[in-house]
Amino acid sequence: MSALNIKKGSTSHSAYNLKAGYEDTVERHTLAILVENEPGTLARVIGLFAGRGYNIESLTVAETDHHGHLSRITIVTSGTPQVIEQIKAQLGRIVPVHKVNDLTVEGPSVERELALFKVAGKGDARIEAVRLADIFRANVVDSTLESFVFEVVGTSEKIDAFGELMRPLGLTEVVRTGIAALSRGT
Amino acid sequence: MTKAMTGAKMVVQALVDQGVDVVFGYPGGAVLPIYDEIFQQNHIQHVLVRHEQGAVHAAEGYARSTGKLGVALVTSGPGATNAVTGLTDALLDSIPILVLTGQVPTFMIGSDAFQEADTVGITRPCTKHNWLVKDTDDLARTIHEACHVATAGRPGPVLVDIPKDVQFATGTYTTKQARKSHYSPQVKGDITSITDLVKAMETAKRPLFYTGGGVVNSGDAATQLLRELVAATNFPITSTLMGLGCYPASGDNWLGMLGMHGLYEANMAMHDCDLMINIGARFDDRITGVIEKFSPHSKKAHIDIDPSSINKVIQVDIPIVGDIAHVLEDLLKVWKSRGRKTNAEGVSKWWDQINTWRSIDCLKFTQTGKIIKPQYALSRLEELTKKYDRYITTEVGQHQMWAAQYLGFENPNRWMTSGGLGTMGYGTPASIGVQMAHRESLVINVAGEASWLMNMQEMGTAMQYKLPVKQFILNNERLGMVRQWQELLHGERYSSSWSESLPDFVKLAEAFGAKGIICSDPDDLDDAIMEMITYDGPVIFDCLVEKHENCFPMIPSGKAHNDMILGENADTANAIQGAGGALV
Repeated sequence: MSALNIKKGSTSHSAYNLKAGYEDTVERHTLAILVENEPGTLARVIGLFAGRGYNIESLTVAETDHHGHLSRITIVTSGTPQVIEQIKAQLGRIVPVHKVNDLTVEGPSVERELALFKVAGKGDARIEAVRLADIFRANVVDSTLESFVFEVVGTSEKIDAFGELMRPLGLTEVVRTGIAALSRGT
Repeated sequence: MTKAMTGAKMVVQALVDQGVDVVFGYPGGAVLPIYDEIFQQNHIQHVLVRHEQGAVHAAEGYARSTGKLGVALVTSGPGATNAVTGLTDALLDSIPILVLTGQVPTFMIGSDAFQEADTVGITRPCTKHNWLVKDTDDLARTIHEACHVATAGRPGPVLVDIPKDVQFATGTYTTKQARKSHYSPQVKGDITSITDLVKAMETAKRPLFYTGGGVVNSGDAATQLLRELVAATNFPITSTLMGLGCYPASGDNWLGMLGMHGLYEANMAMHDCDLMINIGARFDDRITGVIEKFSPHSKKAHIDIDPSSINKVIQVDIPIVGDIAHVLEDLLKVWKSRGRKTNAEGVSKWWDQINTWRSIDCLKFTQTGKIIKPQYALSRLEELTKKYDRYITTEVGQHQMWAAQYLGFENPNRWMTSGGLGTMGYGTPASIGVQMAHRESLVINVAGEASWLMNMQEMGTAMQYKLPVKQFILNNERLGMVRQWQELLHGERYSSSWSESLPDFVKLAEAFGAKGIICSDPDDLDDAIMEMITYDGPVIFDCLVEKHENCFPMIPSGKAHNDMILGENADTANAIQGAGGALV
């Protein structure tokens, strides 16, 4: 047996992070983090994920309460239940973090993402792109004789699907905001 | 009350208001206005160290030995980067320190100015929190907030970066009371969980207290309550390296330190217990050994003020988030109100088992011949100094583990060591910080010659401030712990693990103006140690010891608690196999 042949559940590069054989199911969670809007707060949050080896699948941040000087960060992350719990606890420990909510477990929530798609084409492809955009309730926010920029709002899956459809029709550029999420109800 | 003053004056004023009496520091261009203010006052004593790393470790030693905040002041750029090791050390050991750094003027930030470094960027992962102050009006408030964050909840290092123009400018001073903060960690534990723990304690047959540095950080009340709890329940107690002294080493229920180089009875008890009560420890990998085999049959409770410590490494059955003193107070109340019950019969059998393990006498060694065994040196040091008002600091390595095994601590805050980060070079500056806080006490740094050389420049500080620190160097002319691992794991190929071209420590001591003592004969050792203790001034004690002595007991990497290598005739061949080889 090789000295480096470490059992499943362990990280291969460090002895400090040995995980016992807890549940291995990787779950995807959306976290809403209310932070003080001061310099370096985002760097602290991102640095935590990088430094401790957690995943970031999506990240959005903006000031949401100008008077209270608060920003809201929405992070989509994935990990085993134990890792998710640890991420939340570690986030809660950051001094300018006021609150951490796990929208995935704390009741139902809505998630939306906005994306812009630039599609270049002529003839039938161009007509087909507009027709599909209409089905997806996408808005045309810029147009030239040879291109469109579509704006799509919806779940990440909807945006993925729209992108797949646009690809053969001359898709040249995409930008996505990442997920913004809120819990349902009061 | 608000008052207008310069930023530099505010720094001094804020520190005075926070009750700071000593600052360890080193001046430079970007902190000159602050040094100018320090020069013109008598409230705060400044201790000029010889290297910024020394300033931070000295502040740590001061903090750990007093329970108060330690403060260091350094300049921008290299001053700040030299402080990084100390900050990381304090973060891992939860030591409350405030580091003030100078910064280039705000209008030059980002221009790669002379001695500019992105200090808050560099120190973000190695502080509990840090701040760059860009407006003099914010400076006093920020320093007060920093002191609060450093000491509240789980303590840790904080840093305030102050550009030079902010120090020169005049602003409004904010008092300590006017500061507003949302940062207030939970101190009271959940009473339902505490009751669950009490119920488990009432029936447990093989209970064990496993305590850590959190008890020291919680303060004297936590120590008192812990001792009361142990006496009332008659449960055995072990501690991590960081928690030594919370329960007295002379106490009846004391099993000694646990972990990789912990005592046989402590580790066996950890493995076989049916109720593990973790109080302020964090299941560090030096403690758990291989996780799959860690205490497989026990119910585990964990009391910690930091929610992220719970279930980080080991899944526990009864988590309690709160300050140790608060939780133990409630725990005792609930336990008493329910009739002070324990499973006395079960616990009595448990003690019989523990006493069988104790009879193995895992720290036994035989001092024969004319070469001093390091264990013998520390046993004699213990015997000759235990009656003194004594503080011990250490460097990192074999000597550190032997010190933890052979020295007895009766009270907390008496043992300053770099546990989490394992910083060689910690001990000498830490001993200076301790001695600054306790001028009349006996302060000994137990060192290895290699670690000691890493911050030996601080002997100059000891001389300047007449700090009679005793540097007790166990000199084996080896990087002992590295050598031990090479022997056990790397086919006895001793790659770069010997100390070549060592200085003559006696002459070195004399060069600093200190006293040098060399001892190589066991028969001379007692007299030499007494000479060190009674000398009024700093001493460098060069104790030449057995070169290839290994530190045992040892849980080899990848093994369980009940799979230790013991000393005296230990079979060390193939001690570490397979996956264990990749562990550190």
